[in-house]
Amino acid sequence: MIELVALSVVHADDSWINFDVNALFQNFWSTTFDGLTFGAVYGLIAVGYTLVYGVLSLINFAHSEVFIVGAYGVVTTLTSLGFGPSAPTIGPAEIIMDLLLALVVGMLASAVTAFLVERVAYRPLRKRNAPRLAFLITAIGVSFAIQYIIFLPFVAGANPQPAVTMFIPDPVFDVFGTIITNQQIIIVVSAVVLMVGTDLFIRRSRTGRGIRAVAQDPDTATLMGVSKERTIVTTFVLGGLLAGAAALFYVMLVPSGVIYNGGFILGVKAFAAAVLGGIGNVRGALLGGILLGLVGNYGQILLGDSQWTDVVAFVILVLVLLVRPTGILGTTLGRSRA
Amino acid sequence: MSTSSDGPRPLPTAESAREAIETESVATVRRGPFRGLRERWNELSRPMQWAWMLPVVAIAYAMPFLDFFPLSTSPGNNWSIALFSMAVYALVAVGLNVVVGYAGLLDLGYVAFFAVGQYTAAMFTSPDSPYLKIPYLWTLPAAMIVAMIFGVVLGVPTLRLRGDYLAIVTLGFGEIVRILATIIPAMKGQPGFQNVGHPPGVGANGIPIFANSNGTPWYWLTITILIVVLLLVGNLERSRVGRAFIAIREDEDAAETMGVPTFKYKVWAFAIGASVGGLSGALMAGQIGFVNNQKFDVQTSILFLAAVVLGGTGNKVGAILGGAIVAYIPLRFTAIAEYKYLIFGVALVILMIYRSQGLIPAKMRLMAYSRKALEWIAPPKPPRPESPGTPKPSTEGGAS
Repeated sequence: MIELVALSVVHADDSWINFDVNALFQNFWSTTFDGLTFGAVYGLIAVGYTLVYGVLSLINFAHSEVFIVGAYGVVTTLTSLGFGPSAPTIGPAEIIMDLLLALVVGMLASAVTAFLVERVAYRPLRKRNAPRLAFLITAIGVSFAIQYIIFLPFVAGANPQPAVTMFIPDPVFDVFGTIITNQQIIIVVSAVVLMVGTDLFIRRSRTGRGIRAVAQDPDTATLMGVSKERTIVTTFVLGGLLAGAAALFYVMLVPSGVIYNGGFILGVKAFAAAVLGGIGNVRGALLGGILLGLVGNYGQILLGDSQWTDVVAFVILVLVLLVRPTGILGTTLGRSRA
Repeated sequence: MSTSSDGPRPLPTAESAREAIETESVATVRRGPFRGLRERWNELSRPMQWAWMLPVVAIAYAMPFLDFFPLSTSPGNNWSIALFSMAVYALVAVGLNVVVGYAGLLDLGYVAFFAVGQYTAAMFTSPDSPYLKIPYLWTLPAAMIVAMIFGVVLGVPTLRLRGDYLAIVTLGFGEIVRILATIIPAMKGQPGFQNVGHPPGVGANGIPIFANSNGTPWYWLTITILIVVLLLVGNLERSRVGRAFIAIREDEDAAETMGVPTFKYKVWAFAIGASVGGLSGALMAGQIGFVNNQKFDVQTSILFLAAVVLGGTGNKVGAILGGAIVAYIPLRFTAIAEYKYLIFGVALVILMIYRSQGLIPAKMRLMAYSRKALEWIAPPKPPRPESPGTPKPSTEGGAS
């Protein structure tokens, strides 16, 4: 402890990297709750990476664009419903209805994008039995192409979408002197509910069993009557649906963060979360997301610049891959038991 | 991915070796856009190939004088500077090709090494930096060494992982370098470093020969370096190291089983690629004369990757062509320059689906001096009584 404080003193004059333990202690709980909220969003996006990786062993770089298309869907819906930068004046029931509608639109937009990406880009490659590198290059190419389709002036253009305030966060609890808002509760609870639902779907339903079977051994699964192609499409669509939900929560947290390339780095961080939790593991995605959200936020407070969040996330990714490449909860989708 | 290549293969007797080589060369010849050309080229003796290369090199050096309508970027962009950026992109693509094309390691953060090279050149020559100053030309090897150190530092922890993780880790590394360039005060963020050095020499009118406004000397310098790098890379390709790279690319497990120290050679590929990236960065910094934290984003990395894939993954001539095209199109057709990322992103997808080997496919002959080896292993083809069907073209997608 003394050394840590001493370190912060040493670095005090050279302000680009702080080691401000005091700031961390002072803001510990608010940082924690913020981290949890962001982590829940990472977790939802991470499921898409984890499922596709589990089934195809492919880093689906385009998933970040699946997410951002959902975010555009959410913002467009809310704007057309009359939401704007200032707080809405309608009653809570109406807000809830509108948000649910935006959620559905976002999920659909993302799911359709994921479906199209799979159809247009990955399926032809599978048909041709392309090498692994070709899949990765295609993934990054698709990601790029979607970003710059959004970038086109007649689609959405280079500027961020106008801010959309859904509601003013109201304090609900007071924990250790830190206020928890209803916004944070809504996000974390919905994310956990969605994740538990997905986990149950993967573990209990017939389709979920198909997904696990294909992840384990595609050829045998095909012999056992599981349609590999249909399973892959299902996986992409499932990941897309969750990314669309994450998009709503993301817009809730960062009202003016919807820009054509806004998903990319978020996607990389979500992938880091998936690896941290154990890629291919749905529960791991949530755990990894929350851990990454927490650690990223702590790092940001400790080191003194919001840009450090990304650096911390990447360093964690590398460390996890080095020390425990299977992540915290283990990797295989196929091995998870019903 | 494909399970078809996992089965046992017969021992390479002279006959099967000859057939294999024949199949490969047939497969290669059938794919190129100029199918006869490659065959004829391969049949030329080495000195003849060199002789044929001379006019090509001469044309390359004469390019700055070909400043006329259909070719030149002139009304919108200075032709000599456009040529220089084409040459730098070609150099970058040649370097990235060692990593992606030969060793099959997907590096999505190559721009980081480019950035390291630029900052090395800037910090050792710009009056804005408080550090030791050295002549500009010395920053070229310095940039190579610094970038190589970065390559090794990044490679040693990450290259033990399976290939697909490498893609995301390098992507992260690229971002970290960009963010650090913004955060660390010594890197000067957006204001950056002005007046980066240039090679010595002053022209008749008192303006330095290597002025920022005149791309021609820079272009000549860059293609001279490019030719040297090509010779080195060509030798690398034919060496034991180059064969190890290709073995790793084709099947890492098999290579390891056959005694190739895959980790060591992957680090080598990474370090060599990084040093070429650093070199091209230093050249770029010198010509522009200004380095700041912009333009080191993921987009640029992907553009570099597109150059390699477009030209032909694993083919150094293809890489040059790809690099030049990727730099040329936005400069020549300024109306679509804004959409270059869209164009090259879509190009990546389409290429992977329909022509994964790129414009100039890689040679699939893995043997060094394959013609000599062929003659030695299998004497020239005896006339066969009947041809048992045409040899099967290789099913592995081209320059995978």
